[in-house]
Amino acid sequence: MKFLAKYLNKIDHHFEKGGKYEKWNPLFETLSTFAFTPKLVTNKGSHIRDGVDLKRTMMTVIIALIPCLLFGIYNTGHWQLVAELGDRNIDFWSNGYDKFVSGLFVVLPLIVVSYGVGLSIEFLFGFLRGHSLHEGFLVSGMLIPLIMPADVPLWMVGLATAFAVIIGKEIFGGTGMNILNVALTARAFLFFAYPTSMSGDKVWMAGPESNIDGFTGSTALGDLASFMSDKPVFENIDIYTNNYSLLDSFFGIIPGSVGETSTFAILIGALILLFTGVGSLRIMLSFFIGGYIMGLILNLFGGNDFLNLPAHFHLVIGGFAFGAVFMATDPVTAAQTETGKLFYGFFGGLLSILIRVLNPAYPEGVFLAILFMNVMAPIIDHYVIQANIKRRLKRLNTI
Amino acid sequence: MSKTVKLRKGLDIRLIGNAEESLRKVPLSEIVSVKPSDFHSLTPKMLVKEGDEVLAGTIIFQNKYNESVKFASPVSGKIKQIVRGEKRRIMQILISTSKNQKFENIKLKSVDSMSDEETKNTLLSSGLWPFIKERPIDVIANPNNKPKAIFVSTFDSSPLAPNFSYILKDSRDEINSGLEVLKKLTTGKVHLNMCSKESLKKLNLEVEGIQINKIIGKHPAGNIGTQIHHIDPLNKGESIWSVNIQDLAIIGRYFLEGKYNVKRTIALTGSEVKNPQYIETIIGTKVSGIIDGQIKSDNVRVISGNVLTGDKISKDGYLGFYHHQITIIPEGNEYKFFLTKGWLGPGFDKFSNSRLFPTFILPRSKKFCLDTNTNGEERAFVVTGEMEKVFPFDIFPMQLTKAAITNDIDAMENLGIYEVAPEDFALCEYVCTTKINIQEKIRNGLDLIASECM
Repeated sequence: MKFLAKYLNKIDHHFEKGGKYEKWNPLFETLSTFAFTPKLVTNKGSHIRDGVDLKRTMMTVIIALIPCLLFGIYNTGHWQLVAELGDRNIDFWSNGYDKFVSGLFVVLPLIVVSYGVGLSIEFLFGFLRGHSLHEGFLVSGMLIPLIMPADVPLWMVGLATAFAVIIGKEIFGGTGMNILNVALTARAFLFFAYPTSMSGDKVWMAGPESNIDGFTGSTALGDLASFMSDKPVFENIDIYTNNYSLLDSFFGIIPGSVGETSTFAILIGALILLFTGVGSLRIMLSFFIGGYIMGLILNLFGGNDFLNLPAHFHLVIGGFAFGAVFMATDPVTAAQTETGKLFYGFFGGLLSILIRVLNPAYPEGVFLAILFMNVMAPIIDHYVIQANIKRRLKRLNTI
Repeated sequence: MSKTVKLRKGLDIRLIGNAEESLRKVPLSEIVSVKPSDFHSLTPKMLVKEGDEVLAGTIIFQNKYNESVKFASPVSGKIKQIVRGEKRRIMQILISTSKNQKFENIKLKSVDSMSDEETKNTLLSSGLWPFIKERPIDVIANPNNKPKAIFVSTFDSSPLAPNFSYILKDSRDEINSGLEVLKKLTTGKVHLNMCSKESLKKLNLEVEGIQINKIIGKHPAGNIGTQIHHIDPLNKGESIWSVNIQDLAIIGRYFLEGKYNVKRTIALTGSEVKNPQYIETIIGTKVSGIIDGQIKSDNVRVISGNVLTGDKISKDGYLGFYHHQITIIPEGNEYKFFLTKGWLGPGFDKFSNSRLFPTFILPRSKKFCLDTNTNGEERAFVVTGEMEKVFPFDIFPMQLTKAAITNDIDAMENLGIYEVAPEDFALCEYVCTTKINIQEKIRNGLDLIASECM
C-alpha cells in the first residue's frame, strides 16, 4: 500500500483549498480517509490523541449487526419457502443453502437500495456544505433494511430512506445533529404513509403475490393482536404458545422484519457493543427491565389472552430486542447523561409494551416508543443537568 | 484539618521516555527569551529598549492594564531584540546573556518581620508575581483580589511529568520560606497537596498553619483544578490562587537571598529522546542547547511542557515560563493504511481509553510511543459518556464544552465554568472521538466570561 500512500502524497494538494480540484474535495476526502487514516496532526491543545475515531466506532456497530443480518437472510428464505408451500411445519434447517440464497435475493436489494439512496443524498449534502461523508449513515443504511418487512416494495425503501436522511437528519445539520433516530424515521414514514403495505399479513413473507387459500402469513405479534379483536387467530393463548414456542421466538424462527426476529443473534450483537463500550449497558438493561415490568403490570390486569401473555414472551417477539440493542442505544438521539440514560431506557421499554398491547391500530409499538423517547431525551437530560446546577447553587448559598 | 481525596476517574497515558533520575548541567544559553504569550490575555508595556543592559531581576515590561504586575529578566545581559508580530504585537523579548551573571541586589527584611502588604509589594516589584496564578479564568493573579485559599500541588501527574520530590530534594529551606510568603497573601488557608506514593515528606516541611491534603488517583489528580474542586470548591465571585511547587522554591529563594534567581530543573522526556533525564537550566532558555544531539529522528515535534497542555516550539525555540519539562514525540504527518496502522487496524500500538482498541488487555507495564496524528477527522459530538470517564469533577464536561462553543454565558456559569481551566479538559480532548480542540473552546469560553462577567 506504500505506492498508494505515495500517490496520495503527490496529488493531495490539488484538493486542498485553492487547489486545482478543490470542488472535488468531499469525494477525495471520503475515499482517501476510508483507505488511509489521514495525515492530519494536532495543532492546538493536546498534542496526542486517542486512537478512536467515528469510523471505527461506526464500523463496530456494523460488525455487531452481522449476526442479525445473516440470520435474517436465512430466516427470510425459510419463510418464503413456507409461503410457497403453504406449510408452516417444514423443518427450519433443511435446504439451508437454497433458503440462504433465496433470502439473499430478497435482502440484498433492500441493502443496495438503502445504501444507494442514502449515500447519494449524503454526498449531495456533503458537496453543498463542502465536507466529506460523515459516517453516521453507514450504520443507518444497514439498520433500515433490517427493520423492513421482507416483501416491502423496493421503491418504498428508497423513498423512506430519502425521507429519513433529508428530513430526519440533514436539515438538522447531518450526523450528530439529528433529533430522531434515522432508521426509525424511515420505518415511521412507511408506517404512516403506506399503512396497508406495512401491516396486515401479506408483507412479512417474501414470495408469491397470492398466498395459498387459507394460509395466513402474519407475524406472531399480528396473531397476538388479534386477541384484542373479535376474530382471534387462535382460540386461546395456549394454542398460540404451541405455535410459536418461547424457544422458537428466542432463536428467531418466526416471521417478521428481516433482522428483528432472532433475539439470540441480537444478543450476540449486544455483547459486541457492550464489550467494546460502543453501546450503553444502562440503556439496554433498563429498556429490557422497563419492558418486562410493563408485561407484568399488564398480566396483573389480565382480561384477555394478549394481556395474559407471560411477560418474558414480550422480550423475545417483535422488534423489542432489536430496538433495545440497536435503536435505543443510538447515542445521538438517546439521553446523553449517565443518569438520564437509565430513565430513557426504562420508559422506552415501558412504553414499547404498553403501545404494543393496548394500541388497537398496530401490533408493534417499539419504534413508536423509541421515537417518542428520542423526543423526550433532551427533557430527561434537562432535569439531570438542573439537579447538578442546583447542587452548585446550594453550595454558594450555604457559604 | 487535612483531607484525603480518592479519585475514581482519570487516565494515566503510558508513554515511553520517562526521565531518569540523573542531573545534567548545561551551560547557560547565549540567548534567553521572555514570551508575553506565555501569560494568557496579557498586554505588555515595555520598560526597556533594544540595546539596554539588564541584570537578572531587572523589570523589563509590565502589564499595561495593571501596572503593578511586573516581569523581570531571568538573566543579566543586553536586550538583543524585541520581536514583534502582526499589529506590532510583542511576541518575545530576546536577551543575550553576559558571561558573568549579575543580579539586582536588594536588601530584604526576613519574611517573618514583613507585613502582609510588604510581602505582596515585594512579590510585585521583584517580578515574581507572575508565578502566582488565579482561578477562575486561569491567568496571573490579580493583586487586588482577596483569595479564599492558596493551593500548591507538590506533584505533577501528567504524562512523563517530572518528579518534584527528586528535583526539590535539597530545597527544604526555600520551600519553607515560600510557604511563609504564601501564608501572608491570604486570610484563608494554604493547601499543600501530596500524592500517595512519594511526596515531599522527606523534606520535613514546617507545616504550621498549612493544610496538607492527600490526593490519590490517576491524572488529573495533580492538576490544581481537580484538587480545588474536591477540597474547597470555587464559587462565582470567589478566587483561589495557586503556585507550582518548583516556582514556590524560586519565590522562597528570593526571600532568602534577595536574588531573582530563576534556576529551574526540568525533565527532558519523550520517546524520541536518546537519554531522557533531568536538566538544570533557567526559565526562557533556548532549548537547542539541551536537545541538540539528543533527538533520535528528524520528523519530531518539540513541546515545551507536557504532551497534553504544552506548547509546540521549534528545535531552536525557548522554554516557556510555566513549563517544567520538554517533551519530544514523533510527528504523525503521514498516511496510514486503514487495515494495518490506520483506523481499522488491530491497534496494538495505540493507547486508547476506549475498548475499541486492545489497550485494556495489554499488560499495565506496556508503554506506548504515540505520535501527533489526530487518528481521524473532526466530527460532531456523537459518542456520549467517554469524557465523563476521565473527568473527575461533578460537572458535565460535554454540556459545558457545548455551552462554550455556542458562547452561552448563562449555561457556562450554571454548568461550572468558574471551576475549570483549559488544562482540566486536556484528557477529555485526548479521549474524545470528535477530535475537537476542547481546550481551545474552553479557553474561548473563559475569555468571554472574563470580558462579560468580571
